[in-house]
Amino acid sequence: MRRLRRNRGAMIGLYLVVLLVAVAVFADRLTTYDPVKMAPGSGLQAPGREHLLGTDLLGRDVLSRLIHGARISLRVGLVSVGIAAILGTTLGLLAGYFGRWADLLIMRFIDLLLAFPNVLLALAIIAILGPNIFNLMIAVGISATPGYARLVRGSVLAAKANTYVEAATAVGVPDGLIIWRHILPNVLAPVIVLSTLGMAGAILTAAALSFLGLGVQPPTAEWGVMLADGRNYLRIAWWITTFPGMAIMVTVLAINMLGDGLRDVLDPRLRT
Amino acid sequence: MPVLLGISIAVFLMMHMVPGDPAKMMLGELAVNKEAVENLRHQLGLDDPIAVQYWRFLTRALHGDLGRSVLENQPVARMLWQVLPSTIELTLTGLGIAVFLGVLLGVTAAVRHRTWLDNASMVVALWGVSMPTFWMGLLLIFLFSLKLGWLPATGQGGLLRLLMPAFTLGYVAAAVIARLVRSSMLEVLRQEYVRTARAKGLADRLVIYRHAFKNALIPVVTVLGLQFGALLGGTVVIETIFSRPGVGRLAVTSILNKDFLVTQGTVLMSAVFYTLVNIIVDFSYAFLDPRIRYD
Repeated sequence: MRRLRRNRGAMIGLYLVVLLVAVAVFADRLTTYDPVKMAPGSGLQAPGREHLLGTDLLGRDVLSRLIHGARISLRVGLVSVGIAAILGTTLGLLAGYFGRWADLLIMRFIDLLLAFPNVLLALAIIAILGPNIFNLMIAVGISATPGYARLVRGSVLAAKANTYVEAATAVGVPDGLIIWRHILPNVLAPVIVLSTLGMAGAILTAAALSFLGLGVQPPTAEWGVMLADGRNYLRIAWWITTFPGMAIMVTVLAINMLGDGLRDVLDPRLRT
Repeated sequence: MPVLLGISIAVFLMMHMVPGDPAKMMLGELAVNKEAVENLRHQLGLDDPIAVQYWRFLTRALHGDLGRSVLENQPVARMLWQVLPSTIELTLTGLGIAVFLGVLLGVTAAVRHRTWLDNASMVVALWGVSMPTFWMGLLLIFLFSLKLGWLPATGQGGLLRLLMPAFTLGYVAAAVIARLVRSSMLEVLRQEYVRTARAKGLADRLVIYRHAFKNALIPVVTVLGLQFGALLGGTVVIETIFSRPGVGRLAVTSILNKDFLVTQGTVLMSAVFYTLVNIIVDFSYAFLDPRIRYD
C-alpha cells in the first residue's frame, strides 16, 4: 500500500476514481435537471449559466446526463468485469487444479472464445440476446472471460507446483480447502490487476457498442449514447459530443493509471 | 483446422439461439397464417434436426453459399465479397500505421530512457490507450473536415479518404505497441551482448539497430496477432463513423435490421480471417526467433 502511494500516477488515478464513484453514487443529489425529461423549447443551448454544459437537441441538460451517465458506465463496467472475473477465475481454477480432462475441455472452449475478435464476440452475443443494457453487460463480460481464465490457470499451475500443496494433498486435505487456503491467495493479485485494467476496457467497449445503438438504448443517458446523439450536430453544437467524450477519456485514463500502479506494486512480472 | 470447425459450429449455434422463429420473422405480417409459417419452415428446412441443419450450413458455406439477406435480397456471400476489400484496405493500413508509430515511439522512449522524451512518449501512449476510438474519429472529422476542410469525412476510395479512418483505427494499437517496444528494448539493452558490442567499440547507432532492435521486436510480433483482432473489432466503429463500406459496418447494420444471416456471415468471415492471421503470426514467430525453431 505504501509503495502505491509513491507512484504519483496511480494516486492521481485513485483520487479521480474515488471522485467518479462519489459522483455516480450521489448523482441524484447533484443534478438539477431531469436527465431524461425532454424540454423541446430549450434545445441546443450552448454552455451557459442556466445549463453549465449546454443542452442537447431535446433540451436535456448535458451536465445532468453526464453525471447520470457516470453511474451507468460504472455499473456496466463493474458488472461486466465481475462476470468475466468470476466466470474466468472459476474456469481457470478448474482447469488448472484438476488438470487432464477438465483442462483440455475448458481450454478448448476458451480457445474457441478467443478465435473471435473481442468486439465481434460481444457483438454476436448482443445479436442473439437483443440490444439492452443487461445483455450488454453479459456480452462484454463473456468476451473478457478468456483473459481471466488463462491468467488464473497459469497462476494455479504455478501455485500447485509448490511443495506445500503437494504435502497438503498427501496428508489428505480436501481439494476445496487447498484451493481456498493455498491456491486462491496466489491467484488474487494478478486477477485484481487484470480486473482494474479490464474495467477500463469494459467501459470503452460498452460505450462503443452503445454508440452504435447496440447497447444501452436512448433515452437513457449513457456517454456512448450521448456521443451518438450529438454526432449529427457536430458543427453547430459541439458540446453534446465533447463532454461525454472527455468524460469517457478521463474515466478510462484514471482507471488505467490506477491499474498500472497496482500492477507495478502487486506483480512486477507483468510490468510493461 | 479443428479451430475452424469449432468456429463454424459456434457461429451456427449462435445464430440458431436467437429467440423467435426465423420463418415468422421473415413473413412479418403474413405470419398470422399458420399454414404459411409451416410451409416456409419446411422450405427452409427448419423442421430437420439440428445436426442435419448444421451439416447443410457447413456444406453450403464451403461452397460459398451463406444464404440470402432478407433485407437486401442478395446472397450474403456476395455482399461480404463486395465490402471485404474496403475492410482489408482499412485494416492493413491501420496495422501499418500502428506498427510504424508504435515502434517509432517505443524505440525513441527506450533509447532516450529517463529523459523527458521517454516520459512524454509514455504519456502519449497512455492517452492513446484511454481515448475512445469513436470520439477520436469524431474529433478528427471535426478538425480536418469541418473546420479545416483538408480531408473528406466519408466514403471510400483514394488515399485521402483512407488517412483519418486508418489512423483512428491504428492509434490504440500504436500505443500498445509503443509500450511493449519500449520495455522490450529496455530489456534487450540491458543484455550482456549489447555491452559486449559497445565494448567492442561499435558505433552506438549500429549497436542499437543491428543487435538490440531486431531482438526487441520478437515479443511485438506475438502481440501483432492480438492487435489485428482488435483492429478487426475496431472496424465496426470506424466504418460506421466514416461511412465506409465494410464488414464491420455490415455487421452493425445487420444486427439493427435483424438480418441474421448477414450477421452470421460477417461474424463467420471475421473469425476465420482472424484465425488465419494468427496462424500466420505463429509461423512467422518461429521464423524470427531461431530458438523456437528447434522446439
